[in-house]
Amino acid sequence: MANPLYQPDAAEEPVLSLPAISMLKAAPLGRFSFRGRKAAQDAAAKALGFDLPQQPLTAAESSGKAALWLGPDEWLLLAPEDDTEALQAAMTQAIGDAPHALVDISHRQEALIVTGDKAEWLLNSGIPIDLDVSAFPVGMVTRTLFHKAPVMLWRIGDDSFVVEAWGSFMDYVAGLLAEPATELQAA
Amino acid sequence: MLLIECPYCGVERPELEFRCGGEAHIARPEDPSGKTDEEWAEFLYMRTNTKGVYAERWRHIHGCGRFFNAVRDTVSDKFLKIYKAGEPMPDLASLAKEAGK
Repeated sequence: MANPLYQPDAAEEPVLSLPAISMLKAAPLGRFSFRGRKAAQDAAAKALGFDLPQQPLTAAESSGKAALWLGPDEWLLLAPEDDTEALQAAMTQAIGDAPHALVDISHRQEALIVTGDKAEWLLNSGIPIDLDVSAFPVGMVTRTLFHKAPVMLWRIGDDSFVVEAWGSFMDYVAGLLAEPATELQAA
Repeated sequence: MLLIECPYCGVERPELEFRCGGEAHIARPEDPSGKTDEEWAEFLYMRTNTKGVYAERWRHIHGCGRFFNAVRDTVSDKFLKIYKAGEPMPDLASLAKEAGK
């Protein structure tokens, strides 16, 4: 299953392309870090067109945008790259004077789309949390560690994940994720 | 690996995602400039460093990023109670008794 926000970047070679697993760099995307209390959250919901998810570790999606719960007063907002400026303007206007932080982090992070029967197994090579679908259902999102790099992990399908890492950590993350896959090629 | 429950995320996560922030419930003096050097040093540096049941601040730094408080037995490394920042300190003596100490 694919997520409309995360499309493979046609200009990039696949990081990994095996029958049991594929790993693709995602095309650029608009990202915002949003923090604020109730008044700012309500105003942000109006600008977005849907409520921010309040349930821990969940995401809400609507009309091509998404809001991902990262902390009790912190969300990652995603929008298509072309809508970034319009969304920022709409949010700033809707929130007005309510104390908040809205930071454009579109270029701070890059994303990998990891898909395949072996996706859980591959991610568990560096992420020590239970990724079985019963413990980590579709739609769950969390920040965690992949080996020594902080990453954000979002399950967008039964066997499909998005891994976001800071730009300067991406070579490390992609390199270490491709490593255990050589085991599959050998088998 | 030690598993710690985050009261904000509501899930157990490996210790790697957390950092310990030292003893909990130490209030910053309301009037720092009115304190003597000894009193200020006492606030800054002196901790009870209990061997046994101890209330600590923890931070889910590689998760939701939030600080919370936890009561931990420093001998067995068992977490006896986890509660959100701002909640009152639980009765350590009764927690110790429940844990059979």
